[in-house]
Amino acid sequence: MAEIKLTIDGKPCTARPGQTILEAAKASGIYIPALCHYEGLKPSGSCRICTVKVNGRPAAACTQPVAEGLVVETATPELEDMRRALVEMLFVEGNHFCPSCEKSGNCELQALAYRFGMLVPRFPYQWSVREIESVSPRLLMEHNRCIQCRRCVEAIRTPDGRRVFAAQERSGRLRIGVDPELAAGLDEDTARKAMAICPVGAILYKEVGFAVPIGRRKYDRSPIGSDIETK
Amino acid sequence: MSKPVIATASLAGCFGCHMSLLDIDDRILKLIELVEFHKSPIDDIKTFTKPCDIGLIEGGCCNHENVEVLRSFRKHCKTLVAVGECAVMGGLPALRNGIPIKDCLEEAYLRTPTTEGNTVIPNDEELPVILDKVYPCHEIVKVDAFLPGCPPSADLIWEALTALLEGRPLKLTYDLIKYD
Ligand code: SF4
Ligand code: SF4
Ligand code: FES
Repeated sequence: MAEIKLTIDGKPCTARPGQTILEAAKASGIYIPALCHYEGLKPSGSCRICTVKVNGRPAAACTQPVAEGLVVETATPELEDMRRALVEMLFVEGNHFCPSCEKSGNCELQALAYRFGMLVPRFPYQWSVREIESVSPRLLMEHNRCIQCRRCVEAIRTPDGRRVFAAQERSGRLRIGVDPELAAGLDEDTARKAMAICPVGAILYKEVGFAVPIGRRKYDRSPIGSDIETK
Repeated sequence: MSKPVIATASLAGCFGCHMSLLDIDDRILKLIELVEFHKSPIDDIKTFTKPCDIGLIEGGCCNHENVEVLRSFRKHCKTLVAVGECAVMGGLPALRNGIPIKDCLEEAYLRTPTTEGNTVIPNDEELPVILDKVYPCHEIVKVDAFLPGCPPSADLIWEALTALLEGRPLKLTYDLIKYD
């Protein structure tokens, strides 16, 4: 198959046809911060954290396919500040009490904020009123922490392919709803997968919180993306 | 030359951040060399009698007394630092922010598992008036620096204090920024 040539922040990269910019960057050891996208799932392009400039125009790296000769910029002060602003918005939009969150240390939103050096969001806190819901014998939904990435909607299915999670309402009222009957029928592995696939602490497998001690969690020592950059 | 002066206060916090300040180990001896403590629970000085260089605030504002203390810190301190999650974003006390204040008070004073007999919601003019929500410090006054963490590590507090005293920007390595 013909190789596609492009540059990312001036570095010549090669990619295969059909790859996204995010995938091509990763293969070249360049980390483009991403949040809603989960490797192996169809990208929804909803969070815009992965925004890069392609030939001078903003595009989501997780959905944008590579093409011959593209000039991609990612680690520019402008794009980095925009990503940080998006992360800060997510922190003030929901209610993120990291000290009491089961996902703390393993949370991708928090890890991005650490990587970006966020000390305090620049926006005022919204104190949205959202609930905590027991959705099945195995699972809790902590809506205060949901960033509506829709990974769960895409990834969690019953054996016959039906969706268990679904986006309800629109815009500011959008929330992720759960079909209680389908959720109750989930086997243990799928329920655990639901917690693992959620980037934040919104889907929780009951009775296993805080299993890994502080200092040994995923992002305690090394920033998100550093595994890509050291390759 | 006189030493730089530090004041500290705990508003709607648990004193954990003050504990973390004391957790700088033997660097505390150096700190005592470097600075003078003024109004602070550490030395029990209760009122401002002079301007201070650095004010360290633990906790957000949950009642009107917190607001008054915070405003007087802003007035007296050249640099005001929000120390810890509660000061930075309200922290665990702000878990009540989505709950109507009436429900909170009734839950705390009338409906706890340990309340017996005729209990009342305390309402005395001596008591600070509780606010509708718990507010992060920077939503009440201007704050110059933020140290997140619950509590911020002793190393982060030390780095911030030495940076402020030396007049240099903070060196925030990856291990210093944590929100838990
Ligand atoms: S989901 Fe992540 S950012 Fe939100 S409270 Fe939990 S650890 Fe913090
Ligand atoms: S529950 Fe988790 S996986 Fe589902 S949309 Fe919310 S943040 Fe994403
Ligand atoms: S990761 Fe690309 S839009 Fe969210």
